[in-house]
Amino acid sequence: MTSQTSTEYEKYYVPEKSRLAVCATIGLILSIYGAASIMNDMTFGDPGEATSSWTIFWVGMFFFMATLFAWFRTAIRENIAGMNSAQLKKSYVLGMFWFIFSEVMFFFAFFGALFYVRNLVGPWLAGEGEGGRMNDLLWPGFEYVWPMMQTPQEAVGGASAQLMANNGAFVSPNTSLSFADAAVWWHWLPMWNTLVLLTSSLTCHIAHMGILAGDRKKFNLWLTITVVLGIIFLCLQYMEYHEAYVEYGLTLNAGIYGSTFFMLTGFHGFHVFMGMTMLLIQLLRSVIGKQFTATDHFGFEASSWYWHFVDVVWVFLFLFVYIL
Amino acid sequence: MGDHHHGPAKGLSRWLFTTNHKDIGTMYLWFSFCMFILGGTFAMIIRAELFQPGMQLVEPEFFNQMTTLHGLVMVFGAIMPSFVGLANWMIPLMIGAPDMALPRMNNWSFWILPPTFLLLASTLFMEGGAPQAGWTFYAPLSTTYAGPSVTYFIFCIHVLGLSSIMGSINIIATVMNMRAPGMTYMKMPLFVWTWLITAFLLVAVMPVLAGAVTMMLMDVHFGTSFFSAAGGGDPVLFQHVFWFFGHPEVYIIILPAFGVVSQIIPAFSRKPLFGYDSMVYATASIAFLSFIVWAHHMYTVGMPVSGELFFMYATMLIAVPTGVKVFNWVSTMWRGALTFETPMLFSIGFLVLFTIGGFTGLMLSIAPSDFQYHDSYFVVAHFHYVMVAGAVFSMTAAVYYWLPKWCGRMYNETMGKTHFWISFIGFNLTFFPQHFVGLAGMPRRIPDYALQFADFNMMSSIGAFIYGASQILWLYNIIATIVAGEKIDKPKVWDGAEGLEWTVPTPAPYHTFETPPKIDPAHAHS
Amino acid sequence: MVFKAKRLSKLALGPVLLLMSVFAMAAGGEVSDINMSPGVTEVGHKIYDLHMWILGISTVIGLLVFGVMFYSIYYHRKSRGVTPATFHESTKVEIAWTVVPFLILLAMAVPATTTLLEIYDNDDAELDVVVTGYQWKWKYEYLSEDGENVSFFSNLRTPQAEIDNTEAKGEHYLLEVDEPLVLPVDTKVRFLVTANDVIHSWWVPQLAVKRDAIPGFINEVWTNATEEGVYRGQCAELCGRNHGFMPIVVNVVSKEEYAEWLAGKQQEAAEIKELMAQTFTLDQLMERGKAVYDVNCLACHGANGEGGVGLPIAGSPVATGDIGHHLDVGINGVPGTAMQAFGGQLNDVDMAAVITYQRNAFGNNMGDTIQPIDVYNHKKG
Ligand code: HEA
Ligand code: HEA
Ligand code: HEC
Ligand code: CUA
Ligand SMILES: [Cu+2]
Repeated sequence: MTSQTSTEYEKYYVPEKSRLAVCATIGLILSIYGAASIMNDMTFGDPGEATSSWTIFWVGMFFFMATLFAWFRTAIRENIAGMNSAQLKKSYVLGMFWFIFSEVMFFFAFFGALFYVRNLVGPWLAGEGEGGRMNDLLWPGFEYVWPMMQTPQEAVGGASAQLMANNGAFVSPNTSLSFADAAVWWHWLPMWNTLVLLTSSLTCHIAHMGILAGDRKKFNLWLTITVVLGIIFLCLQYMEYHEAYVEYGLTLNAGIYGSTFFMLTGFHGFHVFMGMTMLLIQLLRSVIGKQFTATDHFGFEASSWYWHFVDVVWVFLFLFVYIL
Repeated sequence: MGDHHHGPAKGLSRWLFTTNHKDIGTMYLWFSFCMFILGGTFAMIIRAELFQPGMQLVEPEFFNQMTTLHGLVMVFGAIMPSFVGLANWMIPLMIGAPDMALPRMNNWSFWILPPTFLLLASTLFMEGGAPQAGWTFYAPLSTTYAGPSVTYFIFCIHVLGLSSIMGSINIIATVMNMRAPGMTYMKMPLFVWTWLITAFLLVAVMPVLAGAVTMMLMDVHFGTSFFSAAGGGDPVLFQHVFWFFGHPEVYIIILPAFGVVSQIIPAFSRKPLFGYDSMVYATASIAFLSFIVWAHHMYTVGMPVSGELFFMYATMLIAVPTGVKVFNWVSTMWRGALTFETPMLFSIGFLVLFTIGGFTGLMLSIAPSDFQYHDSYFVVAHFHYVMVAGAVFSMTAAVYYWLPKWCGRMYNETMGKTHFWISFIGFNLTFFPQHFVGLAGMPRRIPDYALQFADFNMMSSIGAFIYGASQILWLYNIIATIVAGEKIDKPKVWDGAEGLEWTVPTPAPYHTFETPPKIDPAHAHS
Repeated sequence: MVFKAKRLSKLALGPVLLLMSVFAMAAGGEVSDINMSPGVTEVGHKIYDLHMWILGISTVIGLLVFGVMFYSIYYHRKSRGVTPATFHESTKVEIAWTVVPFLILLAMAVPATTTLLEIYDNDDAELDVVVTGYQWKWKYEYLSEDGENVSFFSNLRTPQAEIDNTEAKGEHYLLEVDEPLVLPVDTKVRFLVTANDVIHSWWVPQLAVKRDAIPGFINEVWTNATEEGVYRGQCAELCGRNHGFMPIVVNVVSKEEYAEWLAGKQQEAAEIKELMAQTFTLDQLMERGKAVYDVNCLACHGANGEGGVGLPIAGSPVATGDIGHHLDVGINGVPGTAMQAFGGQLNDVDMAAVITYQRNAFGNNMGDTIQPIDVYNHKKG
């Protein structure tokens, strides 16, 4: 095995004590406490009762965001002050890489769930295969197709049937979307989405080449295009959700198809939002702060990796959620 | 550039705002000890209720909360943070680095833990009580049938995962980037190796756990049907996702423990570790296999037989690399010059009892037999052998081994040995009989049991109290050492110990290796 | 710091010796307090043999490994003045102790595979029983082509007083039910296991059956008991508060006895069907209702309707209010609380009786009645 040890040993910068971590924790804990309370109010609470859940949540979020802002600002200032050795920069690179890897695994969980329900559970529920020969005793009349237009429960007794005790959690107020209609919408928007995202990856790369060549103008231009494409993607995604909810009755409650569809695309959309924000910040840093040089632009590089990652996830989504 | 040649700050702010790997390591260690006491207290309540048949002390739902919180607190609060603490203290010292790669984030990883566990424990006082679906929180008991506390629990798991992921990224970056010149991968101490692989496992599976609890959250509050057949989902989906995390998790618990033992046994055998290379490969193989065996926890859910066979074979295979490790440790002792100070005693205890736990694991891996073992006390016995006599014993050994280096004072050896023997006897008294009741048919997670299990349960409870009480001795010994132990100042506390951590002064100064050490090629991996 | 290795070796050997004693004592094969029971089925015997085989191999390997270790603990102590060797590598031994365990594993995998395949052969059963787990009781349903379908619930029978230690515990404490599952001997019986609410697991060690009951899915598993007798088991998956209190009792009887029992049950079912069409007086309903209440509702609503886990029935706004709503609570339960939907668990006669009872007992003198046909209509919607 080869040694990867860094050869330069300038002093590794170990920061002085810092309040950032504790502040970030306070913000984080307040926000999760608030978020959990909001959801509990919604599900278990008394609708008339006033609670402070939202306040706690927003205070926490504000604290958290402010801390993150301060944190990144500190890191950037340290870099500009020349405190970061090549070795430290490599630590940042490793950090970002493994962070993205953890994100990949997060999506892996949802893709895994999708494969499992599509290829195994669906047929089993319809009484097919080794795992479910006898299941039609429970779900007579249920036939499995994907997308699942009619849940087993609906197959047995209509949308209001409550054959399985499920504590009333699964209610499907809308009739599920029908396949014939579905064929119209899911062909179009996603394709545009794919084009938009793939292009944005490319523009992001061109921006990178710009900064590598020391061409700030090129960098700013192409990064702006990338951010705009990100926003366009989010708008298209919003339109698609709107259509799904309003026109097709495909909601989170509409059974497993809705569950997997919205969770996968939803988390992806959230990541696009994050990535777009990250790129936007880099853009502002370049435009306003004139930061980044041909050799030192890690903030942008990290954001661009993230952007490419989000793009790759979309390719899989497009393949497994929309096409197959 | 900062000036590092000063000592720690004074007062509370030293701990709150620190970026020093030793301070953070210390906080992790103390925090995990507190969690060990908390989780242990829950275990004592469990054992007290099970002392005799009949309901004596608690209500069944409270018992379930105890079982659940005991498992969660021990796994996520005691064992994992304790080894992260050890990693923080030791990895920079062992590879000749000035600190962890990302020191501020390191502090954040730690500080997330205390308030999160506070929140988790506070659910005990919430309406409907704490989560009570077991540490494996199977849906739908944990979703549509759970009370409001499940929401807080879910978010707690999210941020615990965040903390673990950040901690692991830090460890990976430190090991890959901060080694002193000449410290090649194959010269790293095994503890560093096992942690590198553990950190990789953590980054790979904590997000999957986050995915699992996110699906729960959606099912509870937003009407999705991931875990409901009525909507086309499957309760068993939860188990697949959970155990995809859960099985690697148990190796996350044990691999650093392997690392510790691989440092200590050579030290007290005065002989280099046998088969260093094969130890590294075995660790990597275990980690690899751990991703493809998860469904051995689910043999009884009614998987198709092909799945059952696949997971059975894969699980059995883990015995091979683990066996390699056991054989290497024994060969390290072979023809050494052995002494039996407390760390060595705990390591030998580990070796024997972990192997027994491994054997019962192998028995569990045999699917047809597991139909009879599953969810019985046999399983409880199995995992306490690997987790208490495995991970906790190893952690105990580590504390005795490195405590003198940390605080420059020697612990009381007699007390240490006494602690070992009481623990050893108490432990076996607690958990060995559980094999018997399990085989005879006692299910786990029950607050009351049939009369034929009475004797062994009483024995088990007595053993548990003994084992628990012996931990007071440990705590006392640690505090006594820190406050008034006999001072030592030679860098090498143990004459057989090898490694960079024994080249710095004792106690280890606040900042070490600010200029990287020269690695003596003769001192290849110790 | 010299240590007495002898003592160490003795104590550490303890567990191994204990393990061996399990091995020895269990060789008999009868029900044991410390070992798995081979039970009364062929598969059970195979599982047991497999269990002993793996345990045996492990014990032998353990003895070898620990033997070597204790040898060096004793003979290679520093206090004996040894100088440590310096060897630390040997590719040959590493290969050997990779390959040999692998071969040993093969010797385990072969019998494990054959046994597993046999367990999974669910075909050709002579009798099908649907087993449904409820919080916290079991429902058994015999599927038969001719005659009435027989189905009933099986509840824990141990009195609360025994659990609370106010009364001496009976012999089968916690392992007794009001109505056991009855099966014919020497018959391949297939269980179709499912659940109504959360996951349960149907486990009878002596029949060598454990299978999870998953809501919404049906798992197949089978047994073939070769000896008559009473076999006891418990729910083996955490299913909430009373997970420890949902035992299983299986009565394996001769084929003749079974046929007789089944006929009796079918008769009963037919009678219930007849009763459904009848109209009852308040007194008749009250009498039947009390019996139903004591078995099904008392645990939560108290012997005098004073409440407990459930709300009080005495003076309850529901039990003294609109009768239709009361019936609805009985049939559909209160979602999100312990109050389950009893509509699927009680037959229409019993449901009519218990609702009537609640409205007229504990000082709720409503004077009105519910008839089976009302229940039927309500369920129809
Ligand atoms: C530190 C944690 C840890 C470790 C290391 C292990 C190690 C192993 N475990 Fe364990 N296990 C748990 C923690 C752990 N386990 C927990 C917490 C649970 C329960 C979870 C829950 O449900 O709550 C569990 C449950 C569990 C089950 C599910 C039981 C059930 O619920 O029905 C199974 C089944 O296969 C299993 C198998 C194994 C195996 C094969 C190993 C192997 O890694 C062991 C390998 C070691 C050896 C075999 C010994 C040494 C080897 C030799 C000396 C070589 C020669 C040997 C031979 C060739 C035989 N474990
Ligand atoms: C690493 C993890 C770990 C550790 C260290 C332990 C430690 C112990 N465990 Fe744990 N256990 C689990 C992980 C662990 N356990 C898990 C995952 C489960 C499954 C949960 C589930 O089913 O969901 C479980 C379940 C479990 C059960 C089964 C519960 C059930 O099925 O209902 C039992 C029962 O005996 C038990 C007992 C004990 C005991 C006696 C200890 C002892 O070792 C504890 C000793 C420690 C102390 C006692 C604290 C320190 C001492 C003091 C503070 C001094 C004061 C002491 C006294 C007053 C006596 N455990
Ligand atoms: C496992 C516990 C449990 C059992 C058994 C049980 N109940 Fe209940 N019951 C409850 C709980 C809890 C409530 C309160 C629900 C709520 O919060 O609205 C309740 C409420 C009720 C109410 C409404 C009371 C009111 O004033 O709102 C009626 C009527 C009722 N149950 C009837 C029955 C009948 C009939 C049976 C038996 C056939 C039965 N219950 C068995 C737990 C139980
Ligand atoms: Cu039903 Cu446990
Ligand atoms: Cu496992």
